[in-house]
Amino acid sequence: MAIGSRLAAQTALIPAMLIALVVYCGSTGWTIWISLTNSRMLPNNNFIGLRQYEVLFANERWLVSAQNLALFGVLFITLTLALGFFLAVLIDQRVRAEDLLRSVFLYPFSMSFIVTGLAWRWLLDPTLGIAKIAHDIGFETFQFDWIVRQDRVIYTLLAAAIWHAAGLVMAIMLSGLRGIDQEIWKATRIDGIPAWRTYLFVVIPMLKGSFATATILMATSVVRLYDLSVAMTNGGPGIASEVPAKFVMDNLFERQNIGLATAAATSMLITVVAIVAPLLYWQNRAAARAGR
Amino acid sequence: MFRRHQLLSCAAALALAATPAMAETAEVIHWWTSGGESAAVKVFADQFTKAGGTWVDTAIAGGPNARTAAINRTIGGNPPTAMQFNTGKQFDELVEGGLLADVDAISAAQNWKGIVPPAILAAVTRNGHAYAVPINIHGQNWFFTSNAVMAKSGATEPKNWDELFVALDKIKAAGFIPLAFGDQKGWERNMFNTTLAGVGGAEGFTAFWGKRDPAFVKSAEFRKVAETYRRFKGYVDPGAPGRNWNDAAAMVINGKAGMHIMGDWAKGEFTAAGQTPGKDYGCFVLSNHGGGYVMGGDVFAFPKPKNADATKAQALLATTMMAPDTQIAFAQKKGSIPSRQDVDSKSLDLCAQKAMAFVADKSKQIPANELLSPPAVTGAAEDVISAYWNDATMTTDAFIAKLVTALTQTL
Repeated sequence: MAIGSRLAAQTALIPAMLIALVVYCGSTGWTIWISLTNSRMLPNNNFIGLRQYEVLFANERWLVSAQNLALFGVLFITLTLALGFFLAVLIDQRVRAEDLLRSVFLYPFSMSFIVTGLAWRWLLDPTLGIAKIAHDIGFETFQFDWIVRQDRVIYTLLAAAIWHAAGLVMAIMLSGLRGIDQEIWKATRIDGIPAWRTYLFVVIPMLKGSFATATILMATSVVRLYDLSVAMTNGGPGIASEVPAKFVMDNLFERQNIGLATAAATSMLITVVAIVAPLLYWQNRAAARAGR
Repeated sequence: MFRRHQLLSCAAALALAATPAMAETAEVIHWWTSGGESAAVKVFADQFTKAGGTWVDTAIAGGPNARTAAINRTIGGNPPTAMQFNTGKQFDELVEGGLLADVDAISAAQNWKGIVPPAILAAVTRNGHAYAVPINIHGQNWFFTSNAVMAKSGATEPKNWDELFVALDKIKAAGFIPLAFGDQKGWERNMFNTTLAGVGGAEGFTAFWGKRDPAFVKSAEFRKVAETYRRFKGYVDPGAPGRNWNDAAAMVINGKAGMHIMGDWAKGEFTAAGQTPGKDYGCFVLSNHGGGYVMGGDVFAFPKPKNADATKAQALLATTMMAPDTQIAFAQKKGSIPSRQDVDSKSLDLCAQKAMAFVADKSKQIPANELLSPPAVTGAAEDVISAYWNDATMTTDAFIAKLVTALTQTL
């Protein structure tokens, strides 16, 4: 009976596994193969070794894109986690109108990156938006032109992305905080430990799971960062806010350069695997040890 | 998926066989979605209907998107009847892959050799066969000026590049924005190309985009082009980055800015605002080498058809598009000029008359960027051109070195 039901379950899984194998692994394999050819508009099989990668890593725009993503990724994940946790702690103080505040903070997340990007672009435009309001109410010398400055533009992208995601992190953290046993609070209160120290040294370690979930969610949106850059700055000024996914898309379609695009995509994949694989290994080891 | 297509086309073939008197149906993929553009494409649709065909309109916003959809469908075995490209190298690989039908019969019947400018004809010809219908010619290096702003600033229409900067200085001194600019990568390249055509001349332009000759890029002549291009930076307003080109054109229309550099499609914006060339706005092309006119345009290509009916529809479509009255009516709406030079251009506006004169004179023609370099090379060079414009710390030497790499690095 048990064997029969397991067999049935496994049979039912076959289509899903096949799809995963063919679509996922197949497409990945094909992408890697094409990156080793000199394909332009149409894919071909003229093997040229790693030449596309040589071109790619000599390409200034690709290097700028990669740097941008690294800077953006580190700052985005840390700052959203910090801000989201802080908001959750504030709401956890049993404030009035908690439901309303929760909705307000979560609201940006319901918007697409395209809408977010466009709204922030108008807000930050030095001739419209915030700068214009400041001028109109009399602050003639007020200047805020980060979105048109090459050395600052990436931080405007960062601000929009944090605004977009902080609410979600808050919701995850809040559900974690609500799961903390009240006895712990009572115990620390009796010991006279200040609330901030309890949060920092007792609660945060207990919220490991929530932090892990939020980090993974944030990390995926870092890797696929594309639409925000397109809507807000279109990679500009110049190439200052380009990101890797946009490099891939532009070369795949507009520039009819599939070989270079797949080389870039493969490089992204290798980077992600290089970061994720040790993590998974470490997690598995930890789980195995806990199991023993 | 494949099998379903085959079944479907079998069913379609049977259905067609059963109704022999059916009209030619043509599905056309294009990216003309703005006001003036869709009015222009409606000319084609109406004329095609009048000729007895049925027009199925597949408009996809954004050139790259439309081209990608058309190419994917062609490779996937479900091609449209006709698809739009810019005049030039965008459809090279489709020809190499044997995916396009030639239009030699129509070309011969309408005597394209005698009526279409050689550069445009060459751009649709591969290995001696014509593979696309060149429907129009766009000039890409026009200057548009606000007559009101020019008068108030005491500036006059410049005759050469030195006078241009004198005029821009006067407009600046009078408190207007001298140059309206939609600062996006593609328009930075267009401004660069305008400078390249004007200061470097036709020879420089083709040496750069056509031969991609490192010796020219390293020459003193090109250095002058680069420095002139960057000089424009001092004449644009801080709101330029990311602005759309039509918003920039509106600044000239509204009398906020003096000049705008754009292709002749910008005329559509002036016309829509009720302005007349000569009276409200001026248009001119500048060159130190006697009026180099950068010619691009649009073409329609025809994927190899699945059956005889599709072939007939393609032939009817191509013939209709190139018919003299269609050519004139289309050009009036689109802001371009007809690709055939034997039509009566009296009904076209002042700027188009100037354009017809340029195109009639072979020594003043310059084939556009898209005709000379494949998209991958254009894109790589565009990144460098954009970086030079935006990064004030980049030296001209660094710019030149990076351009040489971008232009010669083809796999």
